[in-house]
Amino acid sequence: MAYSEKLLDHFKKPKNVGTLNKDKKNVGTGLVGAPECGDVMRLQIEVDEESGVIKDAKFKTFGCGSAIASSSLATEWLKGKTIEEAASIDNMDIVEELELPPVKIHCSVLAEDAIKSAIKDYQDKNGL
Amino acid sequence: MPEKKLIYLDNNATTPLDPRVLEAMLPYFTQHFGNAASRNHPFGWAAEGAVDTAREQIADLIGADPREIIFTSGATEADNLAIKGVAEMYKRKGNHIITLETEHKAVLDTCKKLEKEGCEVTYLKVQRNGLVDLKELKAAIRPDTILVSIMFANNEIGVVQPMKAIADICAENKVLFMSDATQAVGKIPVNVKELGIHIMAFTGHKMYGPKGVGVLYVSRKGPRVKVTSQMDGGGHERGMRSGTLNVPGIVGMGKACEICKNEMEADAERLEKLRDKLETELMKMEEVVFNGHLDYRMPHMTNLSFKHVEGEGLMMTFNQNIALSSGSACTSASLEPSYVLKALGLGDDLAHSSLRISLGRFTKEEDIDFAIEAIRNGVNHMRELSPIWEMFKEGIDLDSVQWSEH
Repeated sequence: MAYSEKLLDHFKKPKNVGTLNKDKKNVGTGLVGAPECGDVMRLQIEVDEESGVIKDAKFKTFGCGSAIASSSLATEWLKGKTIEEAASIDNMDIVEELELPPVKIHCSVLAEDAIKSAIKDYQDKNGL
Repeated sequence: MPEKKLIYLDNNATTPLDPRVLEAMLPYFTQHFGNAASRNHPFGWAAEGAVDTAREQIADLIGADPREIIFTSGATEADNLAIKGVAEMYKRKGNHIITLETEHKAVLDTCKKLEKEGCEVTYLKVQRNGLVDLKELKAAIRPDTILVSIMFANNEIGVVQPMKAIADICAENKVLFMSDATQAVGKIPVNVKELGIHIMAFTGHKMYGPKGVGVLYVSRKGPRVKVTSQMDGGGHERGMRSGTLNVPGIVGMGKACEICKNEMEADAERLEKLRDKLETELMKMEEVVFNGHLDYRMPHMTNLSFKHVEGEGLMMTFNQNIALSSGSACTSASLEPSYVLKALGLGDDLAHSSLRISLGRFTKEEDIDFAIEAIRNGVNHMRELSPIWEMFKEGIDLDSVQWSEH
């Protein structure tokens, strides 16, 4: 399967790999997928409490190249966005940007789920 | 810019053609192009003579009589012909077939087709190490069992089944014993008469011969086996497989068998050392699981699971330079991880994390050194990215985590 240059770039030099302190009140963590299914994504956002803007995002992913690239791209897009803007990221945006082949669309769905799950965690923690 | 390194460690998928095989084949494309069935002129005689020589070379490698060699288009066709042909020919005796869950799809899908047509098939489970349980095999044989089909060596994990013991059980119960020996012939000693195999399928392109040519060995004596043809036409190959013979391919397969006969032992010894080096070095890493049987196995390959790393992603770290296979779902059309590894009792997570590394005649030690380094780096890179590796390192019991299945 031939992958796009953008996908390969995110795979080889993934952006924002790492871990934020999940116990901090302004950090939201999303953990989606299962090892049995072949992919697990953990995506975290750190929100600036004054402006409500996502000031940092980190991920770690167990999965194929497309899953890793999708989560790397997602963290890039999240930084600088408000929660509302972040919630509007659609998996098809990721599909288009990385030119994911049809069998890999589920990787983008997982990334969207991870974003939503991280936002929900942040909102739950802050009673929003 | 230095030339890009490209290392082939996927010899269980297919092998490169040995240049000596190509040389033997070439005259049969343009110069001796005759139809081996043209009995009345020198063009036909030359082709027929070449096919006869190949039949002898092939029979010689497996301890058979040249008249027991039926040419097909490959091992898949040979498996189909064997199983469907026996089911049709022996239907008055019974309609029950026994095979293994870990067989190649050419056998499994053929059996499934026959089930739709009224045959009964028992799919035996294998043990954790991939071997058939002989007691279960014995217990599965019924008065209406006509065929036991058990592969010689497994394509994914390299486990070699106890062929002699299986053959003895079949003989005691007067059941035909068929084997898909695609991965074994040409790499380890295979003697159909000594082992007691009645029908056996194999192919040229797994032993440095050409693609598009395969063989079905069909015993003529003790017992005399017949299979109903699945391809009708000119009655070639003793009526069992019609179709003009692929003379250049057959010449190539004959030459490949001759070379294997002479060099197999030395190849196996050399490759086993390289394989052991590769395996030992990779298993020095944390959390690597070996899949298969350490004693009953092919000398040239290994199958390892790298925990908490997904196989296709891992392969992408080095697939510009190294070619090999994974049991990961992402590398299969079905999006299901390897059914062979699952049949061993591996969880889906370990099946997703597996690599199959298969060496061949043209693998050099420097290739293995390069591969060890590249795979190690790839595993480390992927583990740094892996949230479940991080959780494992923190001592979290992964089985206790509430995963969101999708």
